[in-house]
Amino acid sequence: MATTIRDSRGSGKTARRDAWWLQPLLTATVLTAFIIYATFRTFENDNFLPELSRNASALWESGRVGHLLSPFYSPLFLVDWQVMGYHVSPAILILPFPLSFRLTCYYYRKAYYRSFFMAPPACAVQGTTKKTYRGEQVFPFVIQNLHRFAFYAAFIFIFILAYDVVLSMKYVDGWGISLGTFVLLLNVLLLAGYTLGCHSLRHLVGGKLNCYSCSLAAKTRHGLWKKVTFLNERHALYAWVSLFGVALADLYVRFVCAGVITDWVLVKF
Amino acid sequence: MSKITLSVYRGDANGGEMKTYTVDTFPGMVVLDAIHQIQAEQDGTLACRWNCKAAKCGSCSAEVNGMPKLMCKTRVDDYPADQPIVVHPLRTFPIVKDLVADVSWNFEVSKSIPILKLADDGSAEPLRMQQVDVDRIQEFRKCIECFLCQTVCHVLRDGDRKDIFFGPRQMVRLASLEMHPLDVLDRRPMLRETAGVGICNITKCCTEVCPEHIHITDNAIIPLKERVADTYFDPVQKVLRWVGGRK
Ligand code: SF4
Ligand code: SF4
Ligand code: FES
Ligand code: FES
Repeated sequence: MATTIRDSRGSGKTARRDAWWLQPLLTATVLTAFIIYATFRTFENDNFLPELSRNASALWESGRVGHLLSPFYSPLFLVDWQVMGYHVSPAILILPFPLSFRLTCYYYRKAYYRSFFMAPPACAVQGTTKKTYRGEQVFPFVIQNLHRFAFYAAFIFIFILAYDVVLSMKYVDGWGISLGTFVLLLNVLLLAGYTLGCHSLRHLVGGKLNCYSCSLAAKTRHGLWKKVTFLNERHALYAWVSLFGVALADLYVRFVCAGVITDWVLVKF
Repeated sequence: MSKITLSVYRGDANGGEMKTYTVDTFPGMVVLDAIHQIQAEQDGTLACRWNCKAAKCGSCSAEVNGMPKLMCKTRVDDYPADQPIVVHPLRTFPIVKDLVADVSWNFEVSKSIPILKLADDGSAEPLRMQQVDVDRIQEFRKCIECFLCQTVCHVLRDGDRKDIFFGPRQMVRLASLEMHPLDVLDRRPMLRETAGVGICNITKCCTEVCPEHIHITDNAIIPLKERVADTYFDPVQKVLRWVGGRK
């Protein structure tokens, strides 16, 4: 009887000779670094809005009354919850939304299944997949099927963060644009590029249809589908740059709050 | 004339070993050329499968330095000249002899997928489709059934789960039928149950190896997963279907 050749069994076994381990290693390193930073910032519960920071007086002198709100703390909740004497960070209430969106994102799934779960670590490299493997058909991974709901929330967040950009331009004596405005704007643009390239959205706007020429509505949806497809083809790129964008925007606000840098006002009008 | 070394699997279902051969190279030489040279000049018993030598028949699939490849599309100068090029039959399927693997399972599975079903509305009018409606599925028709994707898929390769997962090639086929503007069958129950679209964890190795550059994961599997989610996992869609009087 014919048999399958399985002479290279065991995790990490492969006949590949290139540096297949480099990509999963890089992915794991960058994702871990982000997770550590995001966790620290979520629980820090400080340095997310200059007006509330210790250096507030200097900012009031510069005439800023608007927000320069960290994306980790947006939308702003100014209630002070205490649980057993511990001030609950408002970021904890916000975190589940972007977190569940990225965790269930088809691109990030690929990234972490490969780099953290080793299923597989790289192509044609044996990882943790066993004869009992059921993938996303069983708990917990079956939850990934609900990605669209995480998308709905993420879609709303684009508008919340865009509103923050507008608020960042408001000063006591009128309007102005600072470097911080651009940092927040860049963050929204990258997030929009990421969110609007989502596979669930691609399905929803037109991917689910089989006939695009059958009605005017279907034709319109085909047009939308093509636009989402354009972003979808660059989804992995946007997934990364938007992740860096969020970290950068937060870091900028944190530095302004901590008085390390001054938010440079470029124009006033 | 420069020379290269190849380490080729020789054996059958009962076992085998790697054997080393040295061949002359020429500009543009592909791995299949080297195999043919071994057959012609050194060992006529070396078995391999091929037909077109143009990357179109999908017969010459093998594993070159550990990666599933078409031997006729893989140039030998892509690899370091000072090390032997390792050529191995597809690891996911039973071996027949040397570089020939038995890929018949794939054809068996294919047979279990219901073919295109048109609505029988009794009209004598010719059926018409618009280009815009078939653009998407034309990509899937490029498949040459080389089964490199089936070979690399960890579900089949490492998990050996041919019992519950049809594999990426069949997902491409199912997508071409499921998205067909004139097809009237609903293949979602099959996708969810016997075909096992939920088992794929979208790690994209199939896409990486496909010689026809079909975006297997992004354009076939993920859209199918979303369709299955509509029917089986989305309570909102369920309510909408119920309100709209659809199944
Ligand atoms: S994306 Fe899915 S079908 Fe393709 S190789 Fe990975 S697990 Fe297999
Ligand atoms: S989808 Fe691509 S890799 Fe898979 S059998 Fe078809 S051509 Fe080969
Ligand atoms: S698929 Fe990546 S955000 Fe939806
Ligand atoms: S010989 Fe036809 S694809 Fe290689």
